[in-house]
Amino acid sequence: MDKLKNKLHNRLHKAWPPLLLIVALVGLWHWAVVTTQTVIFPTPQQVLDGTMELARDGTLWQHIGASLKRVAAGFILATLVAVPVGLWMGRVGAVYNTLNPLFQILRPISPIAWIPLAILWFGVGDVSPVFLIFLSAVFPIIVQTANGVHTIEKRYLDAAANFGVSRRKMFRQVVVPAVLPDIVVGMRISLGVAWLVVVAAEMIVRSSGLGFMIIDARNAGNRYDLVIAAMVIIGIIGLLLDVGMRRLEGLNSVRWRYGR
Amino acid sequence: MDAKIVIDDIRKGFTRKGETLQVIAGLSLNVKDGEFVAIVGPSGCGKSTLMKMISGFALPDSGAVRIDGVEVRGPGPQGIVISQHGSVFPWLTVRENLMFGLNRGTPAEKRALADHYAEMVGLKGFENAYPRELSGGMLKRVEIARALVVKPQILYMDEPFSALDALMNLRIRNELLRILQEERHTVILITHDVEEALYLADRIVVLSQRPTRIQRTFQVTQPHPRRLSNAQLQQMKDEILSELGLDLDLDASADVVEQRQA
Repeated sequence: MDKLKNKLHNRLHKAWPPLLLIVALVGLWHWAVVTTQTVIFPTPQQVLDGTMELARDGTLWQHIGASLKRVAAGFILATLVAVPVGLWMGRVGAVYNTLNPLFQILRPISPIAWIPLAILWFGVGDVSPVFLIFLSAVFPIIVQTANGVHTIEKRYLDAAANFGVSRRKMFRQVVVPAVLPDIVVGMRISLGVAWLVVVAAEMIVRSSGLGFMIIDARNAGNRYDLVIAAMVIIGIIGLLLDVGMRRLEGLNSVRWRYGR
Repeated sequence: MDAKIVIDDIRKGFTRKGETLQVIAGLSLNVKDGEFVAIVGPSGCGKSTLMKMISGFALPDSGAVRIDGVEVRGPGPQGIVISQHGSVFPWLTVRENLMFGLNRGTPAEKRALADHYAEMVGLKGFENAYPRELSGGMLKRVEIARALVVKPQILYMDEPFSALDALMNLRIRNELLRILQEERHTVILITHDVEEALYLADRIVVLSQRPTRIQRTFQVTQPHPRRLSNAQLQQMKDEILSELGLDLDLDASADVVEQRQA
């Protein structure tokens, strides 16, 4: 009981300084808007009011839902493609040598640079953002997975070879579990990038998503309160996604890699 | 001809920058079925290279290793390696680790067998634990049990206990002897710990500096459990240390059964 109390106390203790910093920044923001008497930049209170207004009429949830759905689709597709490809590249040298140079060239191209091609191929509907998110998420997972296979400690592979197990068992009980922590790390990086890209991708979509909300709020009468509201929401959701992915790292099947 | 393992004039060298470094230079050794042979040698003399060739993880440049008359061409479950750093899979539980090498039988049979060996090495109650939850000594027991459960004919032990603290080292030695009395395995132990060799082995083979040959062989006839304070064992220890280049003032004793190798 005391231990739990201590833990809670510790957490509270750690949460203080960042909270204080955020409160101070919001205060500074409010003070700056009031003293400069700007008409276009909103106060924190106005941002909150704008957010509540959108929350009440439901459009806020529509935008959040649309963004999350696109990220989920692109991210899941990327994972489904990247994990097998990464494992294959990791296990077979010829495949690695063939695919890796191509991926190394494609990887540094920002997904934003693909926007014109995405519009050309998929139009401005839902497919384009999903395609761009897929592009941004697929490479980190491939690279991490292949690298994970390469860094499996030889003593484990030797032990498996010593017991003379089938290829199937070798793969399922040695290679995949050994690489799983790397896959999880790749997925966490990918999801972060995907969430970054969704906003940019949605700026080209006609009618929904947090990215669209930003562009639309500016175009429809300089509603900078809604621009900032969308930005804050993007930040908070991004944080939650990362926290969720970190939870995955606590699973028993991958915890062995991240220390005791 | 009751030799289980025949090492027939094996040689191994490594080529670097066009120069060949001869590591093992014509080494022959016969190991009887059920015999416990310890191999000691100065560090860097190629003990581990030798073990890799005996266990099939490396092939000799010339010569051959034969088990029951069949040439060894790769690793296999007839001989399991237990190494210094251990290779218990950290992503599997103790029970899953013990079941890993079992390729035949129903899941229930595998499980029963795994639990039997877990109990034998004193890990009853830890079947569902993950390796990260275990101490170094317990991990070593898991590794020994995982090897025993597949009923190998031979155990290859490459400095298996050197990462353990001194007390655990002694404890595990005794457990190994107890297990070996229950299930008679042929054992090849590589170690730099002369006392460990004297405590466990039926025969101790001392290797020379590179290029490695057998320098001398000692037969240890004392029954178990042995006391290392025993005069004969003390004498033998001094002689082995002297063979390893640690010269102590001593006079050879006739009580020690020894054979000079050509």
